[in-house]
Amino acid sequence: MNQARNTASDASWQAGSAEPAIRIENVTKTFGKTYAVDDVSLDIYPGEFFSLLGPSGCGKTTLLRMLAGFETPSSGRILIDGKDVTQVAPYERPINMMFQSYALFPHMTVADNIAFGLKQEGMPRSERDKRVQEMMELVQIVPFAERKPHQLSGGQRQRVALARALAKHPRILLLDEPLGALDKKLREKTQFELVNIQERLGITFIIVTHDQEEAMTMSSRIALMRDGRVEQVDPPRRLYEFPISRYAANFIGSVNLFEGVVIEQQGDEVLLQCDEAGAVLRVRDSRKMASGMPLCLAVRPEKIRLLAPGEEGPNQLTGVIREIAYLGDVSIYHLELPGGKRVQFTQSNVQALAEQPLTWDQTVTISWRPDSCGALSE
Amino acid sequence: MTRRSPLLLSVLLFGYAFLYGPIISLMVYSFNESRLVTVWGGFSTKWYFELLDNDQILGAAWLSIKIAAVNASVAVVLGTLAAMALVRYGRFRGRATLETMVTAPMVMPDVIIGLSLLLLFVSMERLTGWPQGRGQTTITLAHITFSMAYVTVVVRSRLAHMDRSLEEAALDLGARPMKVFFAITLPIIAPALAAGWLLAFTLSMDDLVIASFVSGPGATTLPMVVYSSVRLGVSPEINALATIIVVIVSLAVAAAGLLMYRQEKRQQD
Ligand SMILES: Nc1ncnc2c1ncn2[C@@H]1O[C@H](COP(=O)(O)OP(=O)(O)OP(=O)(O)O)[C@@H](O)[C@H]1O
Ligand SMILES: [Mg+2]
Repeated sequence: MNQARNTASDASWQAGSAEPAIRIENVTKTFGKTYAVDDVSLDIYPGEFFSLLGPSGCGKTTLLRMLAGFETPSSGRILIDGKDVTQVAPYERPINMMFQSYALFPHMTVADNIAFGLKQEGMPRSERDKRVQEMMELVQIVPFAERKPHQLSGGQRQRVALARALAKHPRILLLDEPLGALDKKLREKTQFELVNIQERLGITFIIVTHDQEEAMTMSSRIALMRDGRVEQVDPPRRLYEFPISRYAANFIGSVNLFEGVVIEQQGDEVLLQCDEAGAVLRVRDSRKMASGMPLCLAVRPEKIRLLAPGEEGPNQLTGVIREIAYLGDVSIYHLELPGGKRVQFTQSNVQALAEQPLTWDQTVTISWRPDSCGALSE
Repeated sequence: MTRRSPLLLSVLLFGYAFLYGPIISLMVYSFNESRLVTVWGGFSTKWYFELLDNDQILGAAWLSIKIAAVNASVAVVLGTLAAMALVRYGRFRGRATLETMVTAPMVMPDVIIGLSLLLLFVSMERLTGWPQGRGQTTITLAHITFSMAYVTVVVRSRLAHMDRSLEEAALDLGARPMKVFFAITLPIIAPALAAGWLLAFTLSMDDLVIASFVSGPGATTLPMVVYSSVRLGVSPEINALATIIVVIVSLAVAAAGLLMYRQEKRQQD
């Protein structure tokens, strides 16, 4: 199963689905000597909620701007519904964009802002008014129709920007960090609204974010970017459970990494000599691996189980608890192995006051299943 | 209330007196009955009526207003184009040089501008037959060359502060570049255009040196009339004229200020 994921991950979204809404083919964008986007290829399918995720400066905005038509790729092609639009002007693309700064026209009312795009396509007055009304209802800003942008709160402006971008019923909507300016509460609420709206209208959403949690909650698939390249493209769950590299594993959630070398393969399990842990570890992976090859085992803190005294398990390690962080729903423990390496694991706090809670300096034994961890070669 | 230092207050008063004293005394003496400018002979508005009968002054005023209005309008168009090019054209070779060159007329001595334009007009007439002689047209052209620099500076700063994504958003919503300019960019930079227009108008109304160089026998602007008549002795009539100009200019400046202030406030929350 690990074997498949590198090559077929793109097509795996909706097997046998129609042709992609957007196809990005080997697109590169350079500014002077910097490669803002470096040989990116992606297929995005109709109806997807697709996220571009990555740290600051990795080229997310640049990629999005090339889709909208504000930047021309230095090389490569962009196809929308099979048609090459690489050289097509922004005003002729069936794409609309919601800007990070919202970019509401300051001299127009909310209603005029939303109507702007419809006017450009020459929609008759009555139909236009109806559509504007619909959009304002959709994002719940009807009472503010006659206000100017500066008379709105941040959250209201964001809704206007969304309504304006949606008004033309584009086939594809691009969103550049749409929730960046909102506080946490409003942000979470808006995330669900966005997903709802997207499902109701059936528009393909491509959203830029550097917030991994946001990407996880909303997306059908995530493209994780690194220095202008796409590191991994997968649905959130796959990205979390089966990162293909140390970078991907570290970017999303927390992870324990064990560096080692392959000893041998036993069926679909790989045995790994790990000096840091002072043990032989097992990981499920059916890829062919030569013995002696360096390999990294990645295991998420919540996959690690505490063994009862006398109990045996795979990937068994014993150590001393050095740190405890109580987060309410779960607690995070830092276990120090004899060699000094630290391992993080979590336990959910099932009981309000556990009878025998784990304490500092307690010696415990942990274990995890070979199929709950992953092998990273990069 | 905080106690203000009396020293500071007197310095302030002195400063204002220094700035406005001459203008106020000029205004007061425009209501002087006596023909002698320095002797107060009672209140009268007769100089204002006399002004109305002075065809030379009225003609010059009308000419100045015409020149200033045409100059301001053309300078706003050219200055805006120049500002757009400087702000929007991206990076190109020699951009910095070009930017400095646009502002050169602001620091160049008027005498040099006037002289060089005079030479230009003369040789142009010899080569092409246009402009025929010197007068209203040449003064207007000369004023446009230096007013444009001021307009460019004013509009450029406004454009540079304008959020680029507003234009991109309009493009994205299907508006063509021309439409974007007229529907989005222009309304947003309008206060700067208004300020630029007023500035150009005032500069033109104010100019004596350059106009003297490029003017011909038929065209005498208001500053030229004032200047030549003052050389024969200050007459209360000129005081009256100056008072009218001061009042009009103050009103215009106040209106422009109010307009820009309101717009500014509306645009930043
Ligand atoms: N117009 C430009 N000229 C020169 N370099 C640019 C330009 N736009 C972007 N870059 C560079 O390209 C790289 C990618 O920028 P981009 O804005 O796409 O990053 P990003 O992933 O959106 O980052 P952030 O999360 O901070 O918004 C950066 O190194 C940036 O400095
Ligand atoms: Mg960005």
